[in-house]
Amino acid sequence: MTLSPAEWEAIRLSLLIGLAAVAWILPPGIAVAWWLARYDFRGKALVDGLIHLPLVLPPVVVGYLLLVALGRQGVVGQWLYASLGVSLPFTWQGAAVASGVMAFPLLVRALRLSLEAVDPKLEAAAKTLGANRWRIFTTITLPLAVPGLLTGTVLAFARALSEFGATITFASNIPGETRTLPLALYTLIQSPGQEAAAARLCILAIIIALFSLVASEWLARRTKQRLQERDVY
Amino acid sequence: MSINPSSSTDISPLSLSIDQRLGSFHLQAELTLPGRGVTGIFGTSGSGKTSLLRLIAGLERPETGAIQLGDQVLLDTQRRICVPAHKRRIGVVFQEARLFPHYRVRGNLTYGMPTHAPDRFDEIVELLGIAPLLERMPGTLSGGEARRVAIGRALLSAPQLLLMDEPLTGLDGARKEELLRFIARLTKQVDIPVIYVSHDPEEISAIADHLVLMKSGNIVASAPLNHLLQRFDLTQELGGFDAASIIEGRVEQHDTRYHLTHLSLDERHRLVIPGTSAPIGSYLRIRILARDIALALTPPLATSYRNQLPATIEAMTTLPISPHSVELLLSVGANRLRARLTRKSSDEMALGVGKQVTALIRSVSVSHYS
Repeated sequence: MTLSPAEWEAIRLSLLIGLAAVAWILPPGIAVAWWLARYDFRGKALVDGLIHLPLVLPPVVVGYLLLVALGRQGVVGQWLYASLGVSLPFTWQGAAVASGVMAFPLLVRALRLSLEAVDPKLEAAAKTLGANRWRIFTTITLPLAVPGLLTGTVLAFARALSEFGATITFASNIPGETRTLPLALYTLIQSPGQEAAAARLCILAIIIALFSLVASEWLARRTKQRLQERDVY
Repeated sequence: MSINPSSSTDISPLSLSIDQRLGSFHLQAELTLPGRGVTGIFGTSGSGKTSLLRLIAGLERPETGAIQLGDQVLLDTQRRICVPAHKRRIGVVFQEARLFPHYRVRGNLTYGMPTHAPDRFDEIVELLGIAPLLERMPGTLSGGEARRVAIGRALLSAPQLLLMDEPLTGLDGARKEELLRFIARLTKQVDIPVIYVSHDPEEISAIADHLVLMKSGNIVASAPLNHLLQRFDLTQELGGFDAASIIEGRVEQHDTRYHLTHLSLDERHRLVIPGTSAPIGSYLRIRILARDIALALTPPLATSYRNQLPATIEAMTTLPISPHSVELLLSVGANRLRARLTRKSSDEMALGVGKQVTALIRSVSVSHYS
């Protein structure tokens, strides 16, 4: 099966936007997950709810809110444009922001569970060995939470790949800029006589999703094995 | 580190004063501990000994209190000083080994090693006998092996004080004995003060020089172990410790024919104990149980007792917890021995303070090499 330039373009954009989305949400995602896993504070439930909002809100609402906030006339968008000359709507970067926001709760959820499972007693032991908070986090807490980090990252990546509603609302459906695989599929379905092309894209979407699932499963198993390595007696 | 002008070789002591409420539990402690040797902290579970340890390590913060190690203020709530745990240089060996499961044994050992410190890696690895384990993952170690690695890891972080919180919990008899011997030897070879928390009298009498007795959040007593074991008024609190005397003797000769070792306590007093492999001239710490001492008014001529020591009765009393017996404190040269007789025989022998007797010692157990 050979792919048409338009199909290649859609795949390339999907992967690019998916990776970019995961890349920008990883640092705040790790920080927030750690914060929620290790600290109790007033209003924790509220923060938790806000983070999970994209999971339960219609994606179009998220896209609309992003336009309100980051659009050229938006609260943050105005400032971004004026000071940095950055305009997010209708760009692939904007699509990455939209899909990142949608994927954020999935990353935080998986990572937080994994971080909560790390024994605080090990962190206390590291402390008595002279490690400061940053060293404890990077050498003990995070490495022990790697399975959750991997699961979260792959879930977030898959979510970002398949993101439709928020992306089309915030970044629109521009060929070669924001038309990812789902958007391309949607466009094909809208035009009569493109059923075969739509089916091809559909199969591609399934292949990419399956591949990332298998890859994550394999990675998770490998790290788990490394953690529980047993000598042969 | 010691800037103590009076004695540059002596490590300065640890002093603390702590007041902390946790729910209905109230920890109140005023303590000064020696700057060398092993201090045992003894008490039943819930007496506050682990809390005390966590406070010293900096893993917890009391409401009010002050902790000073040598000339270093680690905590002073009035002056709002609290050195964080990772800057205190206090090593901790926890009840569970707490090894990092994703590092090999080697990685665990080097985790806390300061970059600019004399490299003691090989020395400590050898001392603990863990060289064959270096490339293993912690999940593959036995309980005893893991404990040894944990001890090594704490020592390699170059601490100025080592805290051990029931490091033998959960080990079976033989492993326990083995590791206890390790720790005893270690505390002699590695010259840092050790605080050893335990609820097991046997462990404490095997390695501690100084004893702190805790009860429901309070310090009942703190003194050299020997002195506490000889105090009549603590007999009940120290019930688990068989009333005993711990004394040191110098190895004079080995009798290979009968497999015996001769010790001298001082110029005039000698003891014969079951044969050991301790080198001639070294010192052994031995333990004599109060109930293993019998008294005679005159040295018996024909007897199976090998050890007869001339002694003077220094003190005697009868405790309410055992009205049938008499507790005695004997002086043998510079040493003191604690003995226990039935009140009946004491009366029949007309024993009294100042009386000269002969102490007949039934058996002696070797505590450890010193």
